[in-house]
Amino acid sequence: MSLRNIGIVYRKELTEALRDRRTIITMVIVPLLIFPLFSVGFGAAIAALIGKAKEETPKVMIIGGEDSPAVVAGLKQVPKIQIVPLEQNWQDQVINKQVPVVVEIPKDFERNLADQKEQTVLIHDYEGDLKSETAKDKIEKYFNDYRDSIVKDRLTARNLPISVLKPFAIKPHNVAPPEKSGGALFFGGFIAYIVVFLCLNGGMHPAMDLTAGEKERGTMETILSSPVSRGHLVLGKFLLVFTTALVTAALSVISMAISFGIVNLLHTKPIQAGEADASLHIGIGAALSVFIMAVPLAVLFSSVLITISTFAKTYKEAQSYIMPILFLVLIPAIAAMLPGVELTPKLALVPVLNVSLLCKELIIGTYHWNYIAIIFGSTCVYAAAALFIAIKMFQRESVLFRS
Amino acid sequence: MIEARSLSKRFQDKKRGEIRAVDNVTFTCQPGKIYGLLGANGAGKTTTLRLLATILEPTDGTATICGYDVIENPEKVRANVGFLSTATALYPRLSAQELVEYFGRLNGLDEPTLKKRLDTIFERLDMNEFRDRRCDKLSTGMKQKTSIARTLIHDPAVMIFDEPTNGLDIMTARTITAFIRECRNNGKTVIFSTHIMSEVEKLCDTIGIIQSGKLLSEGTLEQLRDQHHEQDLEEIFVKVVAPHYVSQEAR
Repeated sequence: MSLRNIGIVYRKELTEALRDRRTIITMVIVPLLIFPLFSVGFGAAIAALIGKAKEETPKVMIIGGEDSPAVVAGLKQVPKIQIVPLEQNWQDQVINKQVPVVVEIPKDFERNLADQKEQTVLIHDYEGDLKSETAKDKIEKYFNDYRDSIVKDRLTARNLPISVLKPFAIKPHNVAPPEKSGGALFFGGFIAYIVVFLCLNGGMHPAMDLTAGEKERGTMETILSSPVSRGHLVLGKFLLVFTTALVTAALSVISMAISFGIVNLLHTKPIQAGEADASLHIGIGAALSVFIMAVPLAVLFSSVLITISTFAKTYKEAQSYIMPILFLVLIPAIAAMLPGVELTPKLALVPVLNVSLLCKELIIGTYHWNYIAIIFGSTCVYAAAALFIAIKMFQRESVLFRS
Repeated sequence: MIEARSLSKRFQDKKRGEIRAVDNVTFTCQPGKIYGLLGANGAGKTTTLRLLATILEPTDGTATICGYDVIENPEKVRANVGFLSTATALYPRLSAQELVEYFGRLNGLDEPTLKKRLDTIFERLDMNEFRDRRCDKLSTGMKQKTSIARTLIHDPAVMIFDEPTNGLDIMTARTITAFIRECRNNGKTVIFSTHIMSEVEKLCDTIGIIQSGKLLSEGTLEQLRDQHHEQDLEEIFVKVVAPHYVSQEAR
């Protein structure tokens, strides 16, 4: 009888939820759209912007250089830049992004070079502006190459090998697999954050609607007059909130797997990719592990959401109580994205942060089984405690009939 | 049958301290009779009826409904009670039929019985035209009919009505009072609360006058008239709940 009643309540809540536009939007539309938007859409848009900036022919002004015709002629030969006459207000033009860079060649540059005097070429740019940075790189490369050729000529003239100036080279060599290093690390943290956020977001509206919303609409008294016990009633409601949270998490995992699959197929690089050769993909194993870790988290979120919303008298009041919870959950989820925040035995016991850190590892294919056990176990304990509190809360007259 | 014995409910209020919403109330409602709980707003009517429907738990005393104790067997009590008030709203996203089915299932009805009872009630209340319409699209009258169907689906022996006609137009209110009479004629135990004297005069077999959580006077209309030497129920009511007011008026 008891399980039957929980099932009846759950079925009814599910029927209502599937007819509620807001539930459908947070449960289905958001997770299915947010990943394509972030990966395929946003990533492709950024890649296109960068590509466009590189393809463009930036205008460059030159200050000085009248006494150094060879250098100026060399600059004019640099592909995809356009030398334009210097204007008085060149600085304003850089600030207003009309001219990306202005090169300042010191007086008597070529003669000083021949005399081997020290001097500095200035490149006036707009730091942080994509077009300016691209133009600066081109100019810098030209002068670097020019300097190297002069050094080479001087060494040759003295019959000295290049190794005089460069006795040895230093080169970092990444031994970590590309899918577990660089941009992929950030990528893992980002995905974990999105899963945690959407899991909470998915359960938020139904939790408020099924408790505070029912009080507000007057259906709470109707259902309390039926023979179903309050424990079974809240369990039926909890199961619905849990379903929406989990479906949201599952759809977001599926959506991210598909989205990044498409990204790789299209060979467009999302901004998260630090390395050119780091392919962003999520295997079935990683997606499944993230989903399994999301289960106790969804129980925890659903129970906390129900407990808080039950206390509220109206939907709006519930919203104002849940807002701080949203931040409380998102801060550890964001912290997990930060470089250097790694799993430790202590952090493995911090709710939300532990799952976020673990998901970050799982997505890049690292399985620390001892941590998985601790985190899954501790989250289950937190979830069970939260569910117990939710049931107790729902049985208190002072909460249900708070005036 | 309803038997309330020293039924009491106290609340703690931060500003006002302890509030005795229901204070040592004892009364009996018989099958086939209508018991009217008459009282002003805030007299304790709703709390008394919520205690009987086990929506609230008594602080002291108890009540039995069809032999089941409200504290020991609240679920059995609710299975024998149909509770209707203007505060008991309907689920907006369910159709009238789905809503009644939901309550039928929660009352333990099997599917064939549920279907049979549902068809009978919908036919009797002339609800077939809107049975598949969502509750948020129903008119006030249709909503009241759906609420009545909800309270009847498990054929309870006891009906509790908490100010059922409050805020309703005359035609909808008449549907409700006709339904209350029908419940009595079908042998159900009926208790209903109101502050409308005419409803009590028309419907009730026994009247209980409640004020500040206390049951101050009880009896049939005739008995109350004899006790208080007044013919008009309104005069009797004022005499019972505010004797000072009456003596001031006399002067």
